[in-house]
Amino acid sequence: MSTLLDIQNVTVRFGGVTAVEDVSLRIGERELLGFIGPNGAGKTTLMRVITGMVRPQAGAVVFKGTDISTWPIHKRIRGGLALAQQIVQPLHAFTLLENVVLSAGGAKTGNPITALLSNARDDERAVALELLERTGIGAAADRYPGELPLGFLKRLEVSRALALKPDLLLLDEPLAGLNQAEAESLADLIAKLAAGGQAIMLIEHNIREVTRICPTLYVQDNGRALAHGPADEVMADPAVRRAYLGLEEAC
Amino acid sequence: MAYEITLLTTMAISVLFALSLNFISGFCGQISLGHAAFYGAGAYTSAMLAKAGAPFLLTLLPAGLVAGAIGLIVGFASLRVRHDFLAITTMGVGFLFIGLVRQQDVLGGELGISAIPSTGLGKIGFMAFAMGLAALFAGFCVYVKRSWMGFVYDSIADNEDVSEIIGIPVSRYKLIAFAIGTAVAGVAGGLYAHHVRFIAPDSFGFVESVTVLAMVIVGGIGSIWGVAFAAAFLSVLPLWFQPIDDFKILLYGALLFAMMRFSPGGLAGLVARLRGVS
Ligand SMILES: Nc1ncnc2c1ncn2[C@@H]1O[C@H](COP(=O)(O)OP(=O)(O)OP(=O)(O)O)[C@@H](O)[C@H]1O
Ligand SMILES: [Mg+2]
Repeated sequence: MSTLLDIQNVTVRFGGVTAVEDVSLRIGERELLGFIGPNGAGKTTLMRVITGMVRPQAGAVVFKGTDISTWPIHKRIRGGLALAQQIVQPLHAFTLLENVVLSAGGAKTGNPITALLSNARDDERAVALELLERTGIGAAADRYPGELPLGFLKRLEVSRALALKPDLLLLDEPLAGLNQAEAESLADLIAKLAAGGQAIMLIEHNIREVTRICPTLYVQDNGRALAHGPADEVMADPAVRRAYLGLEEAC
Repeated sequence: MAYEITLLTTMAISVLFALSLNFISGFCGQISLGHAAFYGAGAYTSAMLAKAGAPFLLTLLPAGLVAGAIGLIVGFASLRVRHDFLAITTMGVGFLFIGLVRQQDVLGGELGISAIPSTGLGKIGFMAFAMGLAALFAGFCVYVKRSWMGFVYDSIADNEDVSEIIGIPVSRYKLIAFAIGTAVAGVAGGLYAHHVRFIAPDSFGFVESVTVLAMVIVGGIGSIWGVAFAAAFLSVLPLWFQPIDDFKILLYGALLFAMMRFSPGGLAGLVARLRGVS
């Protein structure tokens, strides 16, 4: 499997806190990688380094063979990355449908002149509706984010990221806020996308679903890489059990 | 009749000026407290060229270009600052503009420029021309709002960070809004210079910036019809009722505050709410 994303020796410090420490990680094309670790392990921070929302103190991010470390966020997204954020960020002035339509209109929004000369939204609307259906929130397409519970907004994040047709889909705790049935069905969708060849990096606390759908796991603890390999081996690793599952049991 | 023509011309110029600020503040949520500086840059450019013998119509394009070029520079400088800081930055630009102009003998210093040549269009012709430009730009604004560009501006006004994370080159869009908004303010300034035929630094100071911002906010930030209506009305208020002129900053300040406090959507928002109720 050839490498799609290559994270090289990334370190991120926030004042005195080292959120990510000398982490290197590779994701292959068509890979579905489960990314777990206790609260504050630096998972979100690493994803933000990939998208450019956080600039690391050291290290590089190489995507599809190109060093994108100095690229602005929008350029990385256009280059083939998409992120569904842990803290949901809907555009409140738009309906769910419009949120996804805008995202699906990448071919029109990239260049302001093209945007100025384009009016029709039918194609994007069709794409957006289908995505909302797939993530299970199609019935709320015309509702505004402010009226809906977290579970809907989480799936809106995923729909919006999918609308970008990324080469690598970054999902930060998409199942949080969903009930067991909803989580299971969204996890099924993620597995199905992966089976279709979509590369995905999935941060999740829901171990049950992660181990069910992810063949490979990467574990981070306290900003450091703890384990990386086939899911069953990683879950059997005593260090992982201590750091992560010990905490789980304590909860 | 001459009085009505003057009123209508004043209205048309104000509508164009207010819509130019609305393009920046309303479309991508950038509040500017120094918009009169661009109006002034256009007015001075147009007046100087006319004094040098250029025909009126040919002075408007350079007026727009000069104002737009300054706007682009200010835009670049303010890409890093946001929201309330942008208001402060643009306010600084406004003061800087006045300060600079005052010092320039070529620009007439404190005394300004008088005896600006006639447009040659006649009073009615000039009025029609000003109204035509205002209508043209209003039409352009309506078109933009319906296009994908307007869709993008709505998202930037809503949340810049989210716009960026779905792949929108936010800075580029903001710069374009700045360039268009300030260039059109420059054209409006050129019209103004030829309307009153006398300009001085004071005509483009903080009071004017607050006045035009009041028009945008009273009309309903982002609403083209609301802003056009508010600009038309507020621009002739001091002409109808002289004492207002002396208390302009007070009145517009109070209006700004009242609108922000009680109807952030401006008149347009108020109308929409009333419609929703009935
Ligand atoms: N912008 C920031 N400024 C300061 N500290 C931050 C910032 N973002 C994250 N941190 C700190 O960095 C550490 C890692 O945070 P991060 O959000 O990456 O963890 P996480 O693994 O995603 O946790 P969770 O599972 O709770 O989402 C934490 O100690 C956090 O407080
Ligand atoms: Mg996190």
